[in-house]
Amino acid sequence: TAVKNLAAAKDPAAIPTFIAVFGYNNPAAAAVAVAALTEFGDLAVPELLNQIDDYNYGARAYSIRTLAAIADPRALDVLISTAATDFAPSVRRAAAKGLGHLNWHKLDVSQRQLAINRALEALLFISQDADWSIRYAAVVGLQALAKVPEVQQTIVAKFSDMLHSDREKAVRARVRLAYTQ
Amino acid sequence: MIETGTEEYSADNGTQLTPEGAIANLQSSDLSLRYYAAWWLGKNRVSQPEAVDALIAALEDEADRTELGGYPLRRNAARALGKLGNCKAVPGLITCLECSDFYVREAAAESLALLGDKSAVPKLIQLLDGGVAQAVQVPGRPHLTQPYEAVLEALGAIGATEAISLIRPFLEHPLPRVQCAAARSLYQLTQDPVYGEFLVKMLADGDLKLRRVVLGDLGAIGYLGAADAIAQAQVENSFKLIALKGLLENQLPDELDNPSISPEAIRVMNLMDSLL
Repeated sequence: TAVKNLAAAKDPAAIPTFIAVFGYNNPAAAAVAVAALTEFGDLAVPELLNQIDDYNYGARAYSIRTLAAIADPRALDVLISTAATDFAPSVRRAAAKGLGHLNWHKLDVSQRQLAINRALEALLFISQDADWSIRYAAVVGLQALAKVPEVQQTIVAKFSDMLHSDREKAVRARVRLAYTQ
Repeated sequence: MIETGTEEYSADNGTQLTPEGAIANLQSSDLSLRYYAAWWLGKNRVSQPEAVDALIAALEDEADRTELGGYPLRRNAARALGKLGNCKAVPGLITCLECSDFYVREAAAESLALLGDKSAVPKLIQLLDGGVAQAVQVPGRPHLTQPYEAVLEALGAIGATEAISLIRPFLEHPLPRVQCAAARSLYQLTQDPVYGEFLVKMLADGDLKLRRVVLGDLGAIGYLGAADAIAQAQVENSFKLIALKGLLENQLPDELDNPSISPEAIRVMNLMDSLL
């Protein structure tokens, strides 16, 4: 409840405190903190990036989920490295989903295409992962990224490839769903 | 939701074994190499006939014994044979159901469930002899007299409808795990949603360990009525995703015949997306 009261105050000075809550191993409090930080939006991003916990993967998962929800493209580097190399599959899945949903329009035209291409490259890479759930998350990320006209064709081609080659029925079904949406 | 320490690590075991090397190691004078080779062949699904034959031979191993009289190599060989999908292993596994080592019997029952061969049914039914009254803990051991969960699940997986009346009393076994195994089996044998709902209720009431078991059961039977309960369960997302994948696969017809996706399948995928 202390966290809830803090959330009600909506004071940006509380941002570091909310992030610290991620490390308390208290799912209920962490859920409140995620919601509060997501509401702060872009304002919370620098601190979130600063305070990522390299040792507590539970805490890191909440940070990544929050960054993915806020969708600020400043999180691109963190989301890419997390999606590709984090040891916890749940964190990788959250990052993969987040990579597809970033607010690209917040970037300068000069940076935008490069950033989109890097997200695309990361998602294409993990769409070959050994873990089906990571591939599933990659499809979800790619489907969202396909809203960008410049990369749509590449993604459709990848989907067509996965439809034939992915060994999991569930992943193939998710690809087919992406096609129809 | 926080996920504490139980997730699979995507680590590579980094060994240099080859299928041929592992098959040769099953005959090694070093018992630990044999034990490891049996596990390795299963994990890597080395299904060539030489591997299957060598593992079947290992089911009768006498060399590798524990202080309590267990047969570690037989356990690993029995587990591996379930993964290799070759029904040639069925007679040897059925014999293992009579082994003095509980864990050999358990591994054999689990593998027979995977192989799905009807010829195992009579012997599996025999392990239920004495019903719930006999299904008590062995003094001084952490297990019951028989591997009841594995046996009940195997009978369901194999489709042994003749065992329904023998399985039903286990819904009232004192251990919730055993009750769940019975419900899972009965759902597979009857498709009666009452057993699916039994598991959904267990998902709400059980402790964390049981909730994980129940998710495995619901995924295995693909009970669609559990979709929302699974998505909302107080369990790590990884377990929930695997369970929902089971539901989803159960909703997918053969793709070549029917490339469209049903609304039910879409609903399950929307839930899965929300857990990423």
